[in-house]
Amino acid sequence: MNILTIQNLIVRRSGVTVLDVSELNVEQGRILALIGPNGAGKSTLLLTMAGLLKLNQGKIYYRGMPVDSSVSRSHMRRSACVVFQEPLLLNTSVYKNVALGLKFRHLSNAEIKKNVEDALDYFGISALSARSAKTLSGGEAKRVSLARAFALKPQLLLLDEAFNSLDPPTKEKLIDDLRHILEETKITAVLALHDREETLRLAQDVTVMAGGKMVQSGTTARIFNEPKSEFVANFVGTETILEGTVQSSNAGLMEISVAGKIIEAVGDFLPGQNVYGCLRPENITVSPAMPGKISARNVFEAKIQKIVRQSFFYKVFLDCGFILVAYITVSSCEELGMCEGSTVAVSFKATAVHVIWRERRGTDISAQRPVQV
Amino acid sequence: MELIVQGIIKAFELIISFDPEVMGITWLSLKISGTATFISLFIGVSIGTLVALSNFPGKRLVISLINTGMGLPPVVVGLFVTIMIWRSGPLGFLEILYTPYAMIIAQAIIATPIVMGISLASIQNLPPNLRLQILSLGASRLQMVWVLIKESKLPLLAAVMAGFGGVISEVGASIMVGGNIKGYSRVLTTATVMETGKGNFDVAIALGIILLILAFIVNLLLTQIQQRQHPR
Repeated sequence: MNILTIQNLIVRRSGVTVLDVSELNVEQGRILALIGPNGAGKSTLLLTMAGLLKLNQGKIYYRGMPVDSSVSRSHMRRSACVVFQEPLLLNTSVYKNVALGLKFRHLSNAEIKKNVEDALDYFGISALSARSAKTLSGGEAKRVSLARAFALKPQLLLLDEAFNSLDPPTKEKLIDDLRHILEETKITAVLALHDREETLRLAQDVTVMAGGKMVQSGTTARIFNEPKSEFVANFVGTETILEGTVQSSNAGLMEISVAGKIIEAVGDFLPGQNVYGCLRPENITVSPAMPGKISARNVFEAKIQKIVRQSFFYKVFLDCGFILVAYITVSSCEELGMCEGSTVAVSFKATAVHVIWRERRGTDISAQRPVQV
Repeated sequence: MELIVQGIIKAFELIISFDPEVMGITWLSLKISGTATFISLFIGVSIGTLVALSNFPGKRLVISLINTGMGLPPVVVGLFVTIMIWRSGPLGFLEILYTPYAMIIAQAIIATPIVMGISLASIQNLPPNLRLQILSLGASRLQMVWVLIKESKLPLLAAVMAGFGGVISEVGASIMVGGNIKGYSRVLTTATVMETGKGNFDVAIALGIILLILAFIVNLLLTQIQQRQHPR
């Protein structure tokens, strides 16, 4: 069942269309991530979902009922809760901050106390209860603002860039805690994110946005493995995006020519069609010499063009006529004695290549970065 | 020099002996300026908040007008109020010229833009998303406005101080609409002007010192409250 449905939504700000969404559904009990670059309209969409923004056009349905009167809007506002990027705590104690929304609902003091204590407990901040909100660290303040929303037991929780401006350990811990709490409480959540790792760790569904429009929607696995356009592929972290032309297509197996080489991929595009072949770095295998027997369809000799140290692995740029990007652990990189300029063999399966249709050059949304070296 | 020393000695005599006339004048000053500040607090905070929270064409013009009003010359206010409540004026039927009521009205007109300007700025200074966050937590419009006003209570206290400070030390409007009638509409500032004119420097200095002490006490109290709100 859909808790929220948005149809033909248009939001303009001082004459400029900032949001143009034809249809978006938020399914009950699931966690949806809105991802996209800055200015994609994620925050605006969240505010719309919370009933906090005037629509220029379009309809919102909350649990199948249209939200079109001030009564239904205030009903929706009381069922959905936004947590903004900045904690926005009031200058009072943590307890009073978390109790704020419950006070608006005129609950009894005993009920307020219980809900506040539960919420503080969920986020592991019971000890901060009496502290003044202005003395909290960034991470603590973030937890308080999340607890303030959870205390209301909302039907729909909307989180805008919840982990921005937190230091990495604080962020890690909060992502883990939030995932547990969302699993436990089964609250439907929509999260605006711009980090693909956060998205992978939290979301079940993903909607990719750009320029106020939805570019692609689907389950997280689908979006990450089968991006529909070069833009989405870039955004979800497909490191290698190759431009090619289909040479032959037979029973679902295609031969695609890329920079004079042939790669095999699964799909049913027609010969002559221009396509992108997308490869995730984890699907590319690097070995010291050409393997004798291997099940992978695509095997190439490559020269290591560049090695970039990431946190726990190396990002290796391989030149085999076209550029591939692979991830290699620090230890195997040392074992194989890889260095810039050395020759290795790379292989990947035909199923690892995700093929998307390529329009004429420049017409695709944001065709700025085929492969970065 | 002797004049000043003698004046100061006499002044302390008047204060310490609780001279009935001086005390009466002081009490009236407090009553008039306190009431005027209280009225301006209501009007100033509500309109200031309203302007800060709403969007309408010409908002900037309104804000500039309010800011201009913060420096309203008391004599101009005095003139305006006098004309309004002059026997043949539009509000002449009220027959309040040369009464403390007229002084309260004039002082409220002086203090209101000060309170309004400061509360407007303080509400506008709150994070822009705070309003939306409060609404999203389920607040009604009224609850939201109340939370915002409470959240800016420190600058609002400053507004009270500024407003009260402005009217208790103001003389032009008070003398014009109050008339400085002994025992009726004579306040610290108007009395100081008169006693100085008469050459009674001792009384004038006494009144001046009381005015200073009064302003100091009020500000001390408000500052205490304001500082207490700060986190440890």
